[in-house]
Amino acid sequence: MSEDSEIQFELEKQGVFVSTINRFYNWGRRSSVWPLAFGLACCAIEMMATGLSRYDLARFGAEMFRASPRQADLMIVAGTVTKKMAPQVVRLYNQMPEPRYVISMGACATSGGPFRDGYNVLRGIDLFLPVDVYIPGCPPRPEALLHAIMTLQSQIDDQKLNRVRWYGKTEAKDFPVPTFGKQGLKIDGRLIDPVGGLPLISPYNSPLAGEQRSGRIEHPELARFFPIMDDTVELEGPNKAVGIAPEIAIDDLRKRKPEVTSA
Amino acid sequence: MPSMSAEELKERLTRDLPGALAPARAKAEHVTNGSAAPQTDPPAKPKKGAEGPVDLLATNDAIVLSERIPDVVRYVRDTLGYTFLTDLTAVDYMADGLIELIYRFLHLDGGPTMAIKTRVPRDRAVVPSITPFWPGADLQEREAYDMYGVDFPGHPNLVRVYMWDEFEGFPMRKDFPRQGDKYIEEEDEA
Repeated sequence: MSEDSEIQFELEKQGVFVSTINRFYNWGRRSSVWPLAFGLACCAIEMMATGLSRYDLARFGAEMFRASPRQADLMIVAGTVTKKMAPQVVRLYNQMPEPRYVISMGACATSGGPFRDGYNVLRGIDLFLPVDVYIPGCPPRPEALLHAIMTLQSQIDDQKLNRVRWYGKTEAKDFPVPTFGKQGLKIDGRLIDPVGGLPLISPYNSPLAGEQRSGRIEHPELARFFPIMDDTVELEGPNKAVGIAPEIAIDDLRKRKPEVTSA
Repeated sequence: MPSMSAEELKERLTRDLPGALAPARAKAEHVTNGSAAPQTDPPAKPKKGAEGPVDLLATNDAIVLSERIPDVVRYVRDTLGYTFLTDLTAVDYMADGLIELIYRFLHLDGGPTMAIKTRVPRDRAVVPSITPFWPGADLQEREAYDMYGVDFPGHPNLVRVYMWDEFEGFPMRKDFPRQGDKYIEEEDEA
């Protein structure tokens, strides 16, 4: 592949344009990622700033914020997803035509952020949607969103027509829309955001990585520094781990008592 | 510019609406002593907890019997002219078994706000609704119901406003279970 690209680039210098159908498709996709005009909290302000002239999202072909999910390719989940709003977010995603991408913007959309221990905020939109790119920050700067768009573009570059599901014969599947329960959101009668215990694990992968998470730790050869990705963590189900998180076991969330040092 | 102090309001209420003010609490005397002690010697800050537990219920504001709330609110609006209800909110005093409702009014000519309070037991938190004659209280009473479980008989549409209808419990009450990983050990101890 790399040799092929080198030949292509060399030919392009000579004014001969040769392309593969993959590269041509992906060029079209990456150059016109139209986001859904959809904001939930303060991250949306940064998203608007990104779309305006100073940061100029149009340089990436992503300036066309569509008011209808039917015309959008990208959902930027910009802000705190409350439990009351989560079903609507999933419904909007289901209404988007494929291929569709999700950027989880900011700490709240990614994990619940500062509201994680509250009663009303969803602990990460990835419990219900397959997220392609996560952006840390509270809120992230427009540069961070631009970087996420560029990361998404490089992901789109890696799509293979014969591998990606939506070019095949299988139909788009709707993601289950959560319903309201007595304690929280439910899917098929099962509480999806239980209180306490380990941080929740998303059941979904990025669509480019196969959408369904297997429950195994992916790429075990890589060193993980984030506790939840520790391969000693056993999974109870697709989105719940067994036992108490390592950082709680070592009492890392509280303020450490100052160590008594004898002078 | 209208300005009515809490003492003035209490005087007016005793004169014009006899029996509306709640009887003074038995602990009140102890409270004045407790609050007077630090005033005499402000630079020497008393150690925390040195003068006994802080009385959270001590207040200067007018405390009204809960069943007289509609009368008092009407009086405040029609006679005193405080026509803007800026706040209707609640506080949960779990240790004392009380829920306190605070009605805060503003005079449209300006001046400081004026508060009246009422206290109801936590297990029977019932306060007559003022929405029938004061529509601006509609959402605020629904919020107090949603978050604190205060019942407002007479309200035309007392349903949850922030949480979904299926939700169980009142999240702003002090005994609503705290959520999250960092409380696991505390719950085990308790």
